Amino acid sequence: MSKTVEKKSKLSISENGLEKPGPKKRLEVLKTYKIYIGGQFPRTESGRYYIATNNKGEQLANVCLSSRKDFRDAVVAARNAFKGWSAKAAFNRGQILYRIAEMLEGRKTQFIEELAKQDSSKSQAQKEVILSIDRLVYYAGWCDKYQQVFGTVNPVASSHFNFSVPEPTGVVAAIASQESSLVGLVSAIAPIIAGGNTCVILASETKPLCAVGFAEVINSSDVPGGVVNILTGKPSELFSQFASHMDVNAVVYCGTDELIQKEMQQKAAGNVKRVLIYNDVNWLSEKGQSPYSILDLQEIKTTWHPIENIGGGSGGY
Amino acid sequence: MPTKTKRNSISKSNGVPRLKFNTGWEYAPAPESKSHIKLKDRYDLFINGKFVKPSSGKYFETINPATEERIAEIADANAADVDKAVKAARNAYERVWKKMPAAERAKYIFRISRMIQERAREFAVIESIDGGKTIRESRDVDIPLAANHFFYYAGWADKLEYAFPGRIPSSLGVAGQIIPWNFPLLMAAWKIAPALATGNTVVLKPAETTPLTALKLAEIIQESGLPEGVVNIITGFGQTGADIVNHPDIDKIAFTGSTEVGKIIQKAVAGSNKKITLELGGKAANIIFDDAPLDQAVEGIINGIYFNQGHVCCAGSRLFVQESVYNIVLRKLKDRIETLIVGDPLDKNTDIGAINSKTQLETINKYISIGKKEGAEIYQSSCPIPGKGFFCRPTLFTNVAQSNRIAQEEIFGPVLAIQTFRTDEEVIEKANNTPYGLSAGVWTDKGSKIFNLTTKMRAGVVWANTYNKFDPTSPFGGYKESGFGREGGLHGLSGYLKV
Repeated sequence: MSKTVEKKSKLSISENGLEKPGPKKRLEVLKTYKIYIGGQFPRTESGRYYIATNNKGEQLANVCLSSRKDFRDAVVAARNAFKGWSAKAAFNRGQILYRIAEMLEGRKTQFIEELAKQDSSKSQAQKEVILSIDRLVYYAGWCDKYQQVFGTVNPVASSHFNFSVPEPTGVVAAIASQESSLVGLVSAIAPIIAGGNTCVILASETKPLCAVGFAEVINSSDVPGGVVNILTGKPSELFSQFASHMDVNAVVYCGTDELIQKEMQQKAAGNVKRVLIYNDVNWLSEKGQSPYSILDLQEIKTTWHPIENIGGGSGGY
Repeated sequence: MPTKTKRNSISKSNGVPRLKFNTGWEYAPAPESKSHIKLKDRYDLFINGKFVKPSSGKYFETINPATEERIAEIADANAADVDKAVKAARNAYERVWKKMPAAERAKYIFRISRMIQERAREFAVIESIDGGKTIRESRDVDIPLAANHFFYYAGWADKLEYAFPGRIPSSLGVAGQIIPWNFPLLMAAWKIAPALATGNTVVLKPAETTPLTALKLAEIIQESGLPEGVVNIITGFGQTGADIVNHPDIDKIAFTGSTEVGKIIQKAVAGSNKKITLELGGKAANIIFDDAPLDQAVEGIINGIYFNQGHVCCAGSRLFVQESVYNIVLRKLKDRIETLIVGDPLDKNTDIGAINSKTQLETINKYISIGKKEGAEIYQSSCPIPGKGFFCRPTLFTNVAQSNRIAQEEIFGPVLAIQTFRTDEEVIEKANNTPYGLSAGVWTDKGSKIFNLTTKMRAGVVWANTYNKFDPTSPFGGYKESGFGREGGLHGLSGYLKV
């Protein structure tokens, strides 16, 4: 009896049913944490990495330490994707955002586990994941409504039809909240892309694990490659490049570091970038979501056309 | 004025018949009278409801660019004066303006609008004398629009919560505002009216070459009984503007002017918590398709580039003509340019007045020689121009390459760069290939094509089958390096509010 058990322990049965020699415990397949550019998962071109740890100092993973070149590549991908994404029907964008929520829902467990590794309690982790899913649904719903809320038909005094609508600003470079691994990232990305912009976002340096998982969710959600590009690395290394890149239209900074805020605002002036700073926002609160977050990365376009005045009376709106 | 013989000497060019505007009649002079305007010889700074002498004791002259004659001398404000004005504005904000019921605030702004209307003729003449723009334009465009702008925003004062669903907006405090010389009173109205309606107080600096109508507005503000310090108007040069931008007790900077200066301002306010809106330069594409109503389009091209001597940030300075109608459009355009009258801004028949300043004329002439050097082909009207004053003939360039400086840089004068295109895709690409994004024009008779183009232009204002139209209810402002924030309409409120 005991001999049989011993014999069995030397063999493990893999998923396809083939017997393989090996220890009793199956060797776990570890995940390589890569970055997400143009719908692909490359490693950083720099070959550099850093070690993500938890509060106890335990090593969680080797994470890509993205370089300025990675950022430039990501901007190229975002710019290429902008034309298609901004031209998509608003309804369609809404469906795609909803699809992201669906995919995240299906992989809840993975994110809860990753948050738990990064020092969240089980209940905190659960709350954060659920909130992130609901936030995506919230913004999915806004995709074809903010235009109606923020657009206007303007009653000009001359005989013209005149209306103003919000349009996406373009390529947005964002530095996500350092405090959270998932909800801060989702809360920054969703209003950017709901409004038809494309983005390059730098994940939390200290809690980077969910960012890579979220890139996989995006990758399987009908989001065209390049619409969302996710980098991991150090804000201190990259913020200046985010603010000074000449093909970026707006920068978003979710954080409280006043020196970074100031320098980003200064560098942004190089090509008159829009600068949006979320100073000390609690992303887990109600304040973490608003249609004004969409509006902040929109341009208002006003269109005029004459109205013919033949046949009596003058037309107008 | 062009002579009859010259015009009839060629009847055809490029196989396209010339338009015959000339009836053989000359226009008799029709100058607007200056008799009803009142101007002082010297203007001080308007701070805390009073005209006060500048602490520097310095004054500079403002001249009539059409005659180069001195009109008056104007106070040059230094940092101490700016500080005094900001203190007055802060005081007025905290003690009076912030606490006043919004409906009462509105009534002051309505009253200012009415008083501008009452004195519209005086304002129009002064605007033309000080800035060089034609009386027809200052009378029919600048002054009425300025009055209307105050009237429009007055009504918003007690209705702000309706403009921001789900939010309760609040005022910012003291707004520092710096305006350009191309639409002096109108820009003052664009700045002051929304700032007051949203409950802020103001320190405004007009441009050094065109301070008079803003100072006349200060007189109206004084007469209107607006509480002291709510609006302060201080004059000076770039340094005075910089002193405003850098003043620590200002909550909001609104600037209209060049992209170059806009960038300096954006950089200067970094890290200061000042809210900022910038309305900067432009290099608008005006696009003519072969199915456009060509005669109307030619009028639109003329209005697009020669309106206000081309001193317009949204001027249609890049013309794109579809190849199949290029010859006919060019012929019509050249003929039409010949009919434009360049001269005395106060003459009601004048189409193109004086260039605002000697410096600006030099800039325009510099670009004209750059255009020639770069290989573009120049065409100018043969019209006579006055011997004195700053004038420039309406100018166009053909054979322009996309990379030419005259096709890339803002000239801010009556100079048009013409390019051609074949397909919609090509022209969309070319039109958007600029760091600017303020405005664009599209001319076609096909509705679906209009909307294809208007949605694809990366610009804040798109005129379809029209050009250079403005209205207080219509938001104005740019994409990309043409600035951010909107002026006019509901959207013009948010730059002055915490939402």
